Amino acid sequence: MGAVLRAIVEPGFFASPVVRAAVELGGAVTVVAALVGVFTVLRGQSFAAEAVGDIGASGGSSAFLVGAGPLAGFVAFSAAAATVLELIGVQRARGRDVATGIVLGLGFGLTALFLYLASSRESASGATATILFGSIFAIPATALPLVLLLGGTAVLLLAVIYRPLLLVSISPELAAARGISARLVGFAYLLALATAVALAAETIGAILSTALVVGPAASALRLTSRPARALLAAALIGLACTWGGLLLAWDSYYWPPLHHGWPASFFIVALVVLSYLLAGAWTHRPGRGR
Amino acid sequence: MSLGGDVGLRVQDVTVELGGRRVLDEVRFELPAGTLTGLIGSNGAGKTTLMRVILGQLSPTRGAVLLPDVAGHRAVGYVPQKFLLDPDMPVRGRDLVALGLDGHRLGFPLPNRERRRRVAEILRAVGAEAVADERVGRLSGGEQQRILIAHALVSRPRLLLLDEPLANLDLRSAREVVDLLARVAREQRVAVLISAHEMNALLPAMDRVIYLADGRAACGTAEEVVRPDVLSRLYGHRVEVIRVGGRVLVIAGDSDDAEPSHPHHHDGAF
Repeated sequence: MGAVLRAIVEPGFFASPVVRAAVELGGAVTVVAALVGVFTVLRGQSFAAEAVGDIGASGGSSAFLVGAGPLAGFVAFSAAAATVLELIGVQRARGRDVATGIVLGLGFGLTALFLYLASSRESASGATATILFGSIFAIPATALPLVLLLGGTAVLLLAVIYRPLLLVSISPELAAARGISARLVGFAYLLALATAVALAAETIGAILSTALVVGPAASALRLTSRPARALLAAALIGLACTWGGLLLAWDSYYWPPLHHGWPASFFIVALVVLSYLLAGAWTHRPGRGR
Repeated sequence: MSLGGDVGLRVQDVTVELGGRRVLDEVRFELPAGTLTGLIGSNGAGKTTLMRVILGQLSPTRGAVLLPDVAGHRAVGYVPQKFLLDPDMPVRGRDLVALGLDGHRLGFPLPNRERRRRVAEILRAVGAEAVADERVGRLSGGEQQRILIAHALVSRPRLLLLDEPLANLDLRSAREVVDLLARVAREQRVAVLISAHEMNALLPAMDRVIYLADGRAACGTAEEVVRPDVLSRLYGHRVEVIRVGGRVLVIAGDSDDAEPSHPHHHDGAF
């Protein structure tokens, strides 16, 4: 038993303070992303999440230019992107592909510019990899209080608007008949989404952040038809993917090419995709009625 | 000012002008509690506009809409037109009905026995218990209609509005929904108002009819309203009414444009 465990968990995983910080930070971010993501999938706004993430990337990269931490840049620019999306009417998401696509393009254009400018400076070496692909093992443990504050605010906001948001997502007409403002609820939700995407970008990178928001939620929604259970399942699936990804990244230090280690972001996203496939297989397993 | 116990709705001389055009012209009627009323008219007659005025989504140019005084819950339940849910929407019928009770409230809903009991009771009343745990988007049109009626009824409104509820249903489902609504009206003491462009499916169950043509309304029982003299005055030209085997045909009897206005199946009424 001990030998098997040692083979799965290479030495030093539980003792390392770097791992400890990554487990705590990654866990908190993952839960926020998964909870918010359930509504992203319900509302068919994955594309909007992607656009918010891309604008967030330009924020994270511009933060390097002014010498600030990327998180502040991710959050500020993601929130701005959410506001822009609201102004061009993304709450009718399925009909607004073009608007979302334009915001998305602008985000990557700015990111390219800022990263180019930043890479010419000594202090910002590695900025490109950090912004685009994340650096979960490099985030200082001191970032945790801010992450918890931002994540807690997003989850609280989600809990407050939960019922109107659910009804608006199911049918704007039914919501309107009850006097619910689809725009107001939709905008509040976009702000929660922007926060979740920014946190995810800080952890696994701007390009992959959407996967952490949408993936666990999409898997959970394949497994259950109850919104409240979907929230719980998404959080658990997300945690399994993130912590599993951290473990594999630690182990990969002993894989070829030796003593380099594969990026944690890769393992996390790979596990997210795997969970989605497994959830699909479970839903369509033989002998299951409807 | 609001209404007493046995009236579900009073529409007082409502006139609506939109873009210089008179969409509703001094419409007045009253819906007694516990009755089923058909709001009949062809496309563009003003049915949807009238519904929006009653729901408070549109202010009348002149006149007023009076609703019952209800403390703590909504007076009007509403089932919108042409409602088709995404089959992948992971929401059960039961969840959608529960949102009819408190979907406008803030905060995460905690498990509540009274809430669950009320939802189960109304699902039983509309005969949708058996399908309440399926994803609502995967139900048939008639089943979805029942869930939506339960969603509208669960908050105990005094008035239930349904916008073209029979439009997408086959004959048998339409008859079942009409029977259900007549029963609901009696048992729950609700005034039920159903808009339709074709009245025959409603005839056996309808207590009263409001007939709309060019924004003007005639109200009363089907015998009082669906008559050549009344409808001719309403349309402003000669109209004939033919009764065959329990069905009614309303035919514009005038010269060249002798196109029958009913029965006429239109889709996409707005």
